[in-house]
Amino acid sequence: MMKNKVDVAIIGGGIIGLYTAYELHKRGVDNIAIYEKNYLGSGSTFRCGTGIRQQFGDEANIRMMKRAVEKWTGLGEEINFPKFKMAQTGYLFLLYDEDEMSRFKKNVELQNSLGVPSRIISPEEAQEIVPTLDTSEVIGASWNPTDGKANPFLAVHGLARYLRENGVEINEYTEVRDVIVKGGAVDGIKTSRGEVKAEIVLNAANAWAKIINEKLGVNFPIEPYKHQGIVSEPFKKGEIKPMVISFRHGGAYLTQKANGGIIGGIALKYGPTWDLTPTYDFLREVAKNFTRIIPALKYITIIRQWAGYYAETPDHNAVIGKVKEIDGYYISAGFSGHGFMLAPAAAEGMADLITKGSTSLPLDFYDPYRFERGELREQAVQMG
Amino acid sequence: MTDKSKIIICRCNEVTQKEIEDLIDQGITDIEMIKRITHIGMGPCQGRTCIPLVAGIIARKTGMRIEDIVIPATRIPVRPVAMGVLVGGDDEE
Repeated sequence: MMKNKVDVAIIGGGIIGLYTAYELHKRGVDNIAIYEKNYLGSGSTFRCGTGIRQQFGDEANIRMMKRAVEKWTGLGEEINFPKFKMAQTGYLFLLYDEDEMSRFKKNVELQNSLGVPSRIISPEEAQEIVPTLDTSEVIGASWNPTDGKANPFLAVHGLARYLRENGVEINEYTEVRDVIVKGGAVDGIKTSRGEVKAEIVLNAANAWAKIINEKLGVNFPIEPYKHQGIVSEPFKKGEIKPMVISFRHGGAYLTQKANGGIIGGIALKYGPTWDLTPTYDFLREVAKNFTRIIPALKYITIIRQWAGYYAETPDHNAVIGKVKEIDGYYISAGFSGHGFMLAPAAAEGMADLITKGSTSLPLDFYDPYRFERGELREQAVQMG
Repeated sequence: MTDKSKIIICRCNEVTQKEIEDLIDQGITDIEMIKRITHIGMGPCQGRTCIPLVAGIIARKTGMRIEDIVIPATRIPVRPVAMGVLVGGDDEE
């Protein structure tokens, strides 16, 4: 039987919903429930590129990601699931011209001032890190060894297992259809399996967040864009340890997974659209760009291609905060391709906000009302 | 008794019957989640061998009807394709 009364109802069983539930539970909130219309992770988390990086170009994202990495590296032990590990194999941004170089030099300075150990390296050093790279046109690279990647399947499975063991109710195949508001405050939710009373509702539905918001007359600009990814057959492990990025090559990102296969994609996107049909154009462009970055990849076969949404906002930064119009209604969505990597910090900030009303993390940067005030952030680079 | 840790269900990713049954015993009975945890159906054969076997194991252990188990998506390309082939003409040696 599903509970008919909870303290906090979380809409969305992706990494944001699960991690926020975990942080709330740590803070002593004990009557939490998560509602996921499909299976856990099915929305965006399981479709993501697995990358976790601190190499951003603005202070807020760098600080959030530095905190996120601290938390990602400790998560497996915290939840008694050592199988989950963040692999700190680094992010390597390949640079091909002086414009890119000066932009990344500036970013590295900012990152260093905030304690992130990134640095600009030579093409030869880049080749030492990934020996198969074609560096004939590379003039340098931005390298941070503490960036990396993690397995979203295991993150979701490990968190869900821990939460269930600790009394958090997780309802899969349960769609939230509306939020019940009485006297300007949250009173509960309507689900496909009945109504539930709730004092606080968190909208963590990412691409689907606006569907609920619109029913409540709340409007934050979050739109679904189709992005795609591929994996290859496995080959000798350790050949491509870091996430390798090249803006010159269609905004390509690629890395080897734990089993030796490549995971990656390019920036090609479609939308806004709810369609998730994979496209042949993408497959061909991936092959073209990947084989220019690492020529030997032409001998490697692609075994799977899929699509997922980037829940995009106009400045490619998430919408995180309290919804002023409705007491008890919060939102943590619209992650624009960075939800998986940001999840631990976004969750910590949101759990602080719900339990204490404030946080030391720079959540103001993701203020839901910045759009209507016309205060857009500098666009965050959307990349793995 | 048969040693289920020696019975390979997924040949692409070397997943044994024991690994799958252990998950079901832990309450993970959704084939979508079993797929993500073990990587059944995600290798070069796209689940042609393992998916019907896993569905059978789930049905037997949980009492679900096999026709009620929704089979996970098959992704394109349905057969592995080398990147060099996809690049085609502009990569002749």
